[in-house]
Amino acid sequence: MNRELKRVSLVIFVMFLSLFIASTTIQIFAADSLAQDQRNVRSAYDSYKTQRGAILVNGEPIAESVRSDDVYQYLRVYKSPMYSSVTGFFSLYQGSTGIESSMGSYLTGKNSSQFFEQISALLSGNPVQGASVELTIDPVVQKAAWDAMGKMKGAVVALDPKTGNILALVSKPGFDANLLAVHSGVQSNENYAKLLNDKDGPLLNRAANELYAPGSVFKVIMAAAAVESGKHTKDSTFPNPPKFQLPGTNVFVQNSGEGKCGGKPTVSIADALRFSCNVPMAQLGIALGQDTIRKQAELFGFGKKVSYPMTSTASVYPENMDDAQVGLSSFGQYDVRSNPLQMAMVSAAVANQGVLMKPNLVENVLSSSLAVIAQPQPDIFSQPLSKESAQAVKEMMIGAVQRGVSGNARIKDVVVAGKTGTAQNGKGEPYTLWFTGFAPADNPQVAVAVVIADGGGIGQGGVGNSLAAPVARKVMEAVLRK
Amino acid sequence: MTDTSSITIPKIVRVIPRNRNIEFLLLFFASGIYAYELAQVQLSVLKVLTTELFFYWLPPTLFSFAIHYILRRRASEADPMILPIAVILNTLGLSMIYRLDLGAIANDNPEQFGSRQIIWTMVAMTVAALVIIYVPSHLFLRRYVYVSMLIGIALLLAPNLPLIGRSINGARLWIGIGPFTFQPGELAKIALTVFFAGYLVTRRESLALTGRKILGMRIPRARELGPILVIWAASLIVLVLQRDLGTSLLYFGLFIVLVYVATGRAIYVVVGLTMFLTGALVASRLMGYVSGRIDSWLNPFDQANYDAVGGSYQLAQGIFGLAHGNLLGTGLGGGIPHLVPLAESDFIIASLGEELGLVGMFAILTLYLLFVSRGMRIGFNHPDDFSKLLATGLSFVIALQCFIVIGGVTRVVPLTGLTTPLLAAGGSSLLANWIIVGVLLRISDSIGNGENFSEPTTISSGVR
Repeated sequence: MNRELKRVSLVIFVMFLSLFIASTTIQIFAADSLAQDQRNVRSAYDSYKTQRGAILVNGEPIAESVRSDDVYQYLRVYKSPMYSSVTGFFSLYQGSTGIESSMGSYLTGKNSSQFFEQISALLSGNPVQGASVELTIDPVVQKAAWDAMGKMKGAVVALDPKTGNILALVSKPGFDANLLAVHSGVQSNENYAKLLNDKDGPLLNRAANELYAPGSVFKVIMAAAAVESGKHTKDSTFPNPPKFQLPGTNVFVQNSGEGKCGGKPTVSIADALRFSCNVPMAQLGIALGQDTIRKQAELFGFGKKVSYPMTSTASVYPENMDDAQVGLSSFGQYDVRSNPLQMAMVSAAVANQGVLMKPNLVENVLSSSLAVIAQPQPDIFSQPLSKESAQAVKEMMIGAVQRGVSGNARIKDVVVAGKTGTAQNGKGEPYTLWFTGFAPADNPQVAVAVVIADGGGIGQGGVGNSLAAPVARKVMEAVLRK
Repeated sequence: MTDTSSITIPKIVRVIPRNRNIEFLLLFFASGIYAYELAQVQLSVLKVLTTELFFYWLPPTLFSFAIHYILRRRASEADPMILPIAVILNTLGLSMIYRLDLGAIANDNPEQFGSRQIIWTMVAMTVAALVIIYVPSHLFLRRYVYVSMLIGIALLLAPNLPLIGRSINGARLWIGIGPFTFQPGELAKIALTVFFAGYLVTRRESLALTGRKILGMRIPRARELGPILVIWAASLIVLVLQRDLGTSLLYFGLFIVLVYVATGRAIYVVVGLTMFLTGALVASRLMGYVSGRIDSWLNPFDQANYDAVGGSYQLAQGIFGLAHGNLLGTGLGGGIPHLVPLAESDFIIASLGEELGLVGMFAILTLYLLFVSRGMRIGFNHPDDFSKLLATGLSFVIALQCFIVIGGVTRVVPLTGLTTPLLAAGGSSLLANWIIVGVLLRISDSIGNGENFSEPTTISSGVR
């Protein structure tokens, strides 16, 4: 019988081996994906068990966890809807967004940089304290942007062009993240449904995740592509008819004033930007060709998601266009789409002598003992322009504000560079209004982009210069007044 | 014939009971580990140590040392590993059940399992001790082969009796009188093992050697297949009437293995497994709950299965719990095992896996493997065929039960409702498994002590 017993022993061994393998599979290899299953509430419970770190602006918490008496021990509290597009929310039932999500591993104390804290917590039996995340946001600038937008839908992004640090990031309307942080599932779900179904889209992050037709602000990229191509200077001229027939079509492009662009038979690229003329830009685009323009746009960041550390939605410069479509796209129409973060990056690159810094929202990460455990350093995103080209584009943008149609961005005693945009969205649809620029022109402190959706509430009655430029001016002033 | 022929030769008193000293040392460690577990549970859930710790620590510790003492006196050559492993598993289960109770109190859940489990532990250890004391030799069981069969079948079918049968969580596995419930199937597995071992010892020759040869294989005669058919039918009755695939698989698997060991003929395994799978397949076609179980097993995270009544919710939550444990676990008291239904019984392995991590799982599985291998070793070393079959059967039934339960929780096999031996809450299971411990200890002591195995031992009286 012993021969049979040996075989039975082997069978037993195989049975146990399968148990060893199965538990290893679940507990090690599949553990991460199982932890992320929406139906697995353990991860959420866990993050409530340790005190989640705060999100700080200028040392003051804009999101923090306070003691609560229920089973979750801590309640997440948000200071103001003004920061909702930055912090995002942290909810037991809807997961998390914004910094709460992208810096989640630090905030919960689970990041590998907190390894030694985790070990000491394991030994002492105390839970790991989450790290705090200090943001690059300047509260004064953020407030200025928030207030300047008033009741208009849209977004503002302000960057320090020299470092890429984000000084303000506003999306309007915002929302009260406290509504989602409540511990009652019924309440939280109800509030979430309300916010989700709100026609004003308070949960949208318009600063980085909504795409809009850029309209005339795209002309800055056209001007950059022109001078960077080496075939043109800012003074290169194009014929100046009041109407321009798109090749192969019966469609005519007009300038916004429906006349000529200035009084001369030809018009320079600089004047086309200054007066925001469509006809010369369409001709320039066809002359440059879509590949040259696309290359320029991509150097500025089009087609790429930017991790700042939230993830932006990539801006779009369309593929496979015919000449007519290239003409239309050259003044930011057709299928070109962009977001304010992207347009702020364009201005920042021009301001920073052609070097584009990677946008960044995190100043540093502080452990519970206030030691710096992570500190993002300024990092080059790309170099879309040579120093000379940047200088040329800058002069054109100064012209647009100081002597052109973007005059509402002017600040007393300060030279401002910039460009407005008024994008059409189909017949009868409200315009999308834009401004992007930087100041002071000789030593840029801030690059800014403003988008106002739905015509700022007045349909086709407003233009970029009337609604978006003043917002940008107030934001730039807030930076410069310090 | 003289009087002296029936006088048993007194055993040589062994001066150094080496096995027992090893056992003592291991029990000492086991009680220390248990104290540590209880302290950790209290500190992490209650934040203080209370005297309740002793209420949990003392009885299993005292009782296990009492068994140790009895072994020194009555079975000094018994295997030294079996008792400490059983104690470690039993007390680890107690720690987890106590921990779940404390957690449930925090959630205002009044149902408490710990105090019941501690009482059952004492009862079960006492019965194990009685087995060692009053069963002078396990060979006497051989006289009751057919009685065992009747008892086994009676126990197996008792839940189907009208007045005392109880249905809990969809399976009809309990008998109950008033508030007191009992799962007789757990004891049936011992009775049936005794029956199988006794029956097969007498029939192994005919089972192995008779039958016609077809295509080079000797096919057993219908008469020899008879008992297999009976057991097969009984298993299917359990499956259909009591809605319990696990128990039915357990008995049938046990029987097949013993037939194989007794006869050495693999054809029985092939025929037996084919019959069982066919039966189960037909049953699964006819009975919704079996196909539902299989669906939940294959796709536990499918939303439809997850939401279905009796679907994969429990399995999915158990797997989430295991995953939460990761490599090192959350520590006893640090996890959220309550999220899984039946965390203290069917899913106690998920609770332990969550709080002790993969390391803990490996430790538990290794303990079971060690326990089973000691049992198999007894079978291997024993000169007597009945003892071989009995030891093998009892060890294999533990191994198979572990495989069915833990494999169910970890998705190796479809989930069925069986208890994890010695760990899970439940008195009947604890009692049955401690009896197995007692019998294995008894058999292991008899390996080398000069008993005559050719005949059932006769102990004559009135000699002195």
